[in-house]
Amino acid sequence: MSRLDRQPPWPRRIGRGLLGLLAVGFLSVFLLLPLAVVFVEALRQGVHAYLSSIGQHEALAAIRLTLLVAVISVPLNVLFGVAAAWLMARFEFRGKALLGAFIDLPFSVSPVISGLVYVLLFGAQGWFGPWLGAHDIKIIFAVPGLVLATIFITLPFVARELIPLMQSQGSDEEEAARVLGAGGWQMFFRVTLPNIRWALLYGVLLCNARAMGEFGAVSVVSGHIRGLTTTMPLEVEMRYNEYDYVGAFAVATLLALLALLTLAIKTLLEWRYGDEIAAHAPGGH
Amino acid sequence: MKKSRVILVLLGTVFAASVAAKDITLLNVSYDPTRELYRDINTAFATQWKAQHGDTVTIQMSHGGSGKQARSVVDGLPADIVTLALAYDIDAVADHGLLAKDWQQRLPDHASPYTSTIVFLVRKGNPKGIKDWPDLIRPGVQVITPNPKTSGGARWNFLAAWGYALKQPGGNEAKARAYVQALYQHVPVLDTGARGATNTFAQRGVGDVLVAWESEALLAQRELGKGTFDIVVPSVSILAEPPVAVVDGNVDKHGSRAVAEAYVKFLYSPQAQAIEAKNFYRPRLPEVSARYAAQFPKVNTFTIHDVFGDWRQAQAKFFADGAIFDQIGPGH
Repeated sequence: MSRLDRQPPWPRRIGRGLLGLLAVGFLSVFLLLPLAVVFVEALRQGVHAYLSSIGQHEALAAIRLTLLVAVISVPLNVLFGVAAAWLMARFEFRGKALLGAFIDLPFSVSPVISGLVYVLLFGAQGWFGPWLGAHDIKIIFAVPGLVLATIFITLPFVARELIPLMQSQGSDEEEAARVLGAGGWQMFFRVTLPNIRWALLYGVLLCNARAMGEFGAVSVVSGHIRGLTTTMPLEVEMRYNEYDYVGAFAVATLLALLALLTLAIKTLLEWRYGDEIAAHAPGGH
Repeated sequence: MKKSRVILVLLGTVFAASVAAKDITLLNVSYDPTRELYRDINTAFATQWKAQHGDTVTIQMSHGGSGKQARSVVDGLPADIVTLALAYDIDAVADHGLLAKDWQQRLPDHASPYTSTIVFLVRKGNPKGIKDWPDLIRPGVQVITPNPKTSGGARWNFLAAWGYALKQPGGNEAKARAYVQALYQHVPVLDTGARGATNTFAQRGVGDVLVAWESEALLAQRELGKGTFDIVVPSVSILAEPPVAVVDGNVDKHGSRAVAEAYVKFLYSPQAQAIEAKNFYRPRLPEVSARYAAQFPKVNTFTIHDVFGDWRQAQAKFFADGAIFDQIGPGH
């Protein structure tokens, strides 16, 4: 990076300009244009139609459910992600590569399949279906199923942010803390956590964005009961299918705004704490 | 919903019949294009029930491809009522013990309060000149129809096409098979449900002809602007009978049998029949049909019993794993 910043020779400058143009063009076509369409379509019949469409009972229920699912699944994945990253970065054990592969599994499995797995496990005809039915415990086609599917889909986000960082940081500082008399938790909160906090925050943001936006897996376990088991992405599909295009795009704008908010927080953090982040990034030492 | 059900059951057991329930929730699991129909029906039914019994009934809806919806009920979606696209899908639910196998005898007209048929929706002015089934397999014609594995409407489409070919002079099984195979070679995309297919055709502008429920075609015309599409009635089509049933296993668990049974019976009442007709389903009651006669063109139809025996036989022959659709569907 720094080598390129020094007055580059002109062919390289032209090359860089072309690349930049290409990147901007690519982003415009594939990101900005669709984003603009979402807002234009949502506001096609004016602000009033837009607001009343978001204020409908079903839309509010979908927003509440989406937030509920995220509030449950994101913290659980933070716990899991930190534990898994700790294990992967600090210990050598048999099956470590296998654990790594398992953490990546949700990336490689189609979301629809991951939803279906839960139906096959917890559905009325599934392995645990009869027992669950006998005890009147509802998992599939209810909130627990939505949470399970979301946790599965978002499982890698936190762990995958942390593992490379913790591996590259090594355990010197932690060992020093122990030698100086810190307890296990003390070491974790005073040394480990501050070292990984930015990566952890990135992981949480990505995890949250995906948790709220997930469609495929959630669609399979939802049962699509209006106002009860439909999250925002499902509500978008449902409204689109009911010829309510303004309504569909109105809910879609909320999801888009959420994504933009995530991006804004990320950018703000980078800008405000850029030096600190760089110091803790992999290879920053 | 769950809470109100729990309260209902508690009240029922503790106070026996002495306390009347105040809030009742039903779940109607339906197929894809009935969204508008049941929105109107539910309002009318809730109003009537409130007037007669004083209770507030909330009817929750779940919509999707008929086969997929049946599968969800089998997997535990707690439907009090199923209103699906075809009898086999309710048979599939019955096969898992959730309702009696003779469910179709418990209500009039094979438990189908309304009927429909399969027609063609084409673009304004019918630029490809599509008039009947053979026109669908002319070179350069793209046909939109959903996937018969998941969609009920798609299975009616398939059987309508098959029945047409069979009923031609010199028609036989081999010719029907060849015709339907050729038809699916003209299908660029298979959606999972009828509404998805309508959106593909109408909203995304894919294809020259949508093979669709008559109700869906009329609704698309209304919702997406008259004058954008024309409806073409083929020389012969199938009489589609979408059935309804109370899911015994679930209503007994929820304590909702009385309301659920009243709900399916309500679908046969003059008031509901008029709502069905307004939503482009053909009503059973002669006096209601007479009032809406102008809306429904005369169609020469055959029933599933005329040509295929019954839905179980049709399902096994055409749509089961490895059956005829798997042998001749798209890509064959």
